[in-house]
Amino acid sequence: MPDVQPLVREFVLKLKRRKVEGSHAVARQTAELLRSVVSQHRMGSTNQAAALADAIRGVGEQLIAANPIELAVGNIVRRVLHIIKEEDISSTAVGIEGLSVTAESDDEYDSENDDHPTLSAAVLAAHARNALRAPSLQTLLEDIPVSTALSRSASSAGDSDGKSGDKSSKSRKLKHDVIAAIGDLIDEIDTCYDQISEQAVEHIHQNEVILTLGRSRTVKEFLYAAKEKKRSFRVFVAEGAPRYQGHVLAKELVEKGVQTTVITDSAVFAMISRVNMVIVGAHAIMANGGVIAPVGMNMVALAAQRHAVPFVVVAGSHKLCPLYPHNPEVLLNELKSPSDLLDFGEFSNCMNFSTQDGTPLLNVVNPTFDYVPPKLVSLFITDTGGHSPSYMYRLIAEYYSADDLALILSISPSSSRTKAASPRPSPSPAPEKEEMSLTSFLRRLYSKNLSLHSGRLSSTCFLSLFPNFILPN
Amino acid sequence: MDLRRPPRSSSGGVEPKIRQVGFVTPDVSSEPPAPAVPAAAAAAAQPAASSAGSPPASDLSPGSLSPVMIPPPRHADHLAPGSPSPAASASELGDDESWSRAPSAAELEANKGDLAEIRNDNVSASIPQKQKTSKAERRAIQEAQRAAKAAAKETGLSGKSAGTVSGANPAMSKQAKSSKASQKKDVPQAASTAASEKKVTERPPERDRKKDAPHPRMQFDDVHRVEKAKKRAIVNQSEARNRVELFRHLPQYVHGTQLPGLESKFFQLEPMHPSVYKVGLQYLSGEVSGGNGRCIAMLLAFKEAIKDYSTPPKKNLSRDLTAKISSYVSFLIECRPLSISMGNAIRFLKNRIAKLPLTLSESEAKSSLQSDIDRFINEKIVVADKVIVSHAITKVRDNDVLLTYGSSSVVEMILDHAHELGRKFRVIVVDSRPKLEGQGLLRRLVEKGINCTYTHINAISYIMHEVTRVFLGASSILSNGTVYSRVGTASVAMVAHAFGIPVLVCCEAYKFHERVQLDSICANELGDPDIILKVPGKADLGHLKNMADNENLQLLNLTYDATPSDYVSMIITDYGMLPPTSVPVIVREYRKEQLWI
Repeated sequence: MPDVQPLVREFVLKLKRRKVEGSHAVARQTAELLRSVVSQHRMGSTNQAAALADAIRGVGEQLIAANPIELAVGNIVRRVLHIIKEEDISSTAVGIEGLSVTAESDDEYDSENDDHPTLSAAVLAAHARNALRAPSLQTLLEDIPVSTALSRSASSAGDSDGKSGDKSSKSRKLKHDVIAAIGDLIDEIDTCYDQISEQAVEHIHQNEVILTLGRSRTVKEFLYAAKEKKRSFRVFVAEGAPRYQGHVLAKELVEKGVQTTVITDSAVFAMISRVNMVIVGAHAIMANGGVIAPVGMNMVALAAQRHAVPFVVVAGSHKLCPLYPHNPEVLLNELKSPSDLLDFGEFSNCMNFSTQDGTPLLNVVNPTFDYVPPKLVSLFITDTGGHSPSYMYRLIAEYYSADDLALILSISPSSSRTKAASPRPSPSPAPEKEEMSLTSFLRRLYSKNLSLHSGRLSSTCFLSLFPNFILPN
Repeated sequence: MDLRRPPRSSSGGVEPKIRQVGFVTPDVSSEPPAPAVPAAAAAAAQPAASSAGSPPASDLSPGSLSPVMIPPPRHADHLAPGSPSPAASASELGDDESWSRAPSAAELEANKGDLAEIRNDNVSASIPQKQKTSKAERRAIQEAQRAAKAAAKETGLSGKSAGTVSGANPAMSKQAKSSKASQKKDVPQAASTAASEKKVTERPPERDRKKDAPHPRMQFDDVHRVEKAKKRAIVNQSEARNRVELFRHLPQYVHGTQLPGLESKFFQLEPMHPSVYKVGLQYLSGEVSGGNGRCIAMLLAFKEAIKDYSTPPKKNLSRDLTAKISSYVSFLIECRPLSISMGNAIRFLKNRIAKLPLTLSESEAKSSLQSDIDRFINEKIVVADKVIVSHAITKVRDNDVLLTYGSSSVVEMILDHAHELGRKFRVIVVDSRPKLEGQGLLRRLVEKGINCTYTHINAISYIMHEVTRVFLGASSILSNGTVYSRVGTASVAMVAHAFGIPVLVCCEAYKFHERVQLDSICANELGDPDIILKVPGKADLGHLKNMADNENLQLLNLTYDATPSDYVSMIITDYGMLPPTSVPVIVREYRKEQLWI
């Protein structure tokens, strides 16, 4: 454990300072970090899986706390926990099969074994796997354990070989399997673009007019794939203020020979009546089918709904978040620097600080994300195919085990700055009275942002936004 | 107009046939020919006509416009009772106390029914003199007019329409023909002059009627017409690159600025008045923008031009000046496409010129036109804004959070006034690229000490949770209730609608137009596409810098969009606060009046 701590700390710092952003990068790096955590983990003699899961959970808490907005971190942590459980069960099952004895396992599964002592090992393992997930309709109705084929190859990666019942080899095998499975997960994160873009030709027809906002790598790959299949279509790219990533996407599309028109964000409503389909990326997909997406997306979705234009969200499975959003516009949002919108110096001459009692006249709001409710989404395209918003909760249940969902709530009270912690954001820390007026001005600008976090994090976050700004003490 | 007609037709006893002929003009407009064509037509046709022509002519009060021609300015009555002269009303406007209640009092309550009554009262008040003319006299007048008209047609000015006229009313045309025959024999010279007068004075009603259906705009994908227009153009237009296919029918934004070229032409452009020229350049450079600002600048320039105008020898003031104004207008169009409000103002001015009584001397005509322009600016823009503010202020309460988009002069006045009244409210200024007009508004509001929040249009869903009211300005309101405004307004209204926040659109009634529009594509204005590439303060965003000439890349900078009427809760105008469904009523009831003030 101590070996990985520097790595963890480094990544936590990166997350806090927003040096690493974007679901893909975050997910990938999280998975890599967790893999090294697993490989560094010293396996005990008993309860290996639980110990490993605890270690992962401990690291995961730190990571999530570092940037609660990056839901991909939590997703990957949960995925890894799920992998550990599955590997544990499958190795247990293999053990049963090989030795024909009642395998020792976590106390968690003892009850299962007690309940069904006579069942064959395969059924037992399948049942245990089922137990990891939310109960399906079938099991609820029939109340019999049905062995379902595992959709993911990762979980069954290691069970074919290694039938030894030897304890030490078994512990090594568990670790090895988990590492391999995490490797598969990383591969999956990397290849999700290919799998999503394979479906492009099924959705884009000749002479289609597509609108997108900002830049998403998934959308780019999706459109590239359609272009490679000799589809000719036209793309309207809304530039996506204040980051203007749409310009980047437009450049990439133009280089590929796609007919691209750059429009301002305000012209989305004007143009959407001539658009056949809206294809956008997402930051995260929530369990209710809602989407956390770059700011401005809700406006696009509403306009699309008005003109009955399909609103399609393309996203890799690492963006599937098992949480249900509560007040996501505020709690799952982040306010960025006002300098994106206004230059700091620009309005200094019309601010009168002397008369104001700590409430400056001018506030600048620059949120990062938007929440698109599920009713506005027509279709999700993930690497497992197209799904409707109402199905997302079920799809999510495939990837996560139910008892990991509340991962965040189990964190110790010291790190209560969580996304699901409180419906209302806690009040921001009272700024020191002696601060210069500029500071209070900036603080005020960030009050919304700061109120999402508390304590030290806020100042860290503040400093991360203003690397050159020195807080007066 | 229907409301106005019945009392007259019943009491005046005008034969329905006569109105059928096609001069379906309100009482007032069918009358002017009499004073306006005083001796010429009347004397030429029949002796009876001369006696008929005199009573209206006697109504002409010296120094002012004919009361017969102009219905008593309803606005002036309401706004400044007892002080019909523009100067007097202007002085009253200066008084802050009076404008906030006096002008609104009458109009606030003026529902359609009330208005109709008021109108009828006014009409009947102005009509008695006319009704003194006996039926025979009126008949004589009509016949005289008809005769002159027919003569004009016969002389080949417009043979086709003469045919339709005679076809429509054979009985009248017979008489007309007979009179025409005598006319031709007797005084052909007089007839032709009469015809020319006729053309000026009689045409406008016809034109008006045609305007009921707005004529189609110039479609810029029509190669033929574009070529023609180019030949006439003063500003040389260079072809825009990479046009967006959907918008080929619109005038493309001219690549690069033609300012230097135009400046060098300053002394060559003989027919252009310098003040018009200046305004054109200001449009071109974007120095003057905003519906009201542009309209006022144009009108003031026209006023200057009229002041310096002198009728060339052997020419008629009203005809020549109309042509002059038209050439100015086409120059301004080349600088920047007209807004709908400007179109309305031009229509008003041309109407005024056409309606000038011939008895006026040149200087009198000019001064009357200048005062007309002043009055238009005053009543339709300045006072209208104040009335709108007095209405809208009732919708601002303490602890409100008001959202506005871009920079609208009326909304700014509302916010200022609410602040002056000591209301405690917060303003959210939403802005968008590329114009970033909201920053100017934000600066002015913050300087006045109003608590403001500034954000960009993408964050509208985030900020809308806090908002209690949305105040929007408009470039124009079309008669299907569509609000034609700065691009992005539709998005703001849509999100507000989705959140259940009331959307109040503030717009002066002179900006209303009878045109209808469903989308933002059929009619729009294209801005400079290259501005899209440049993000101020973001030097690192040079992604598209070298791509501008790539044939796959198009840049689209729309200026306006159309907000569907169902997103609009209420329209605040100088006639009161109304739902968007009532826009056609306003357009219909007040359009004529707008032209006359």
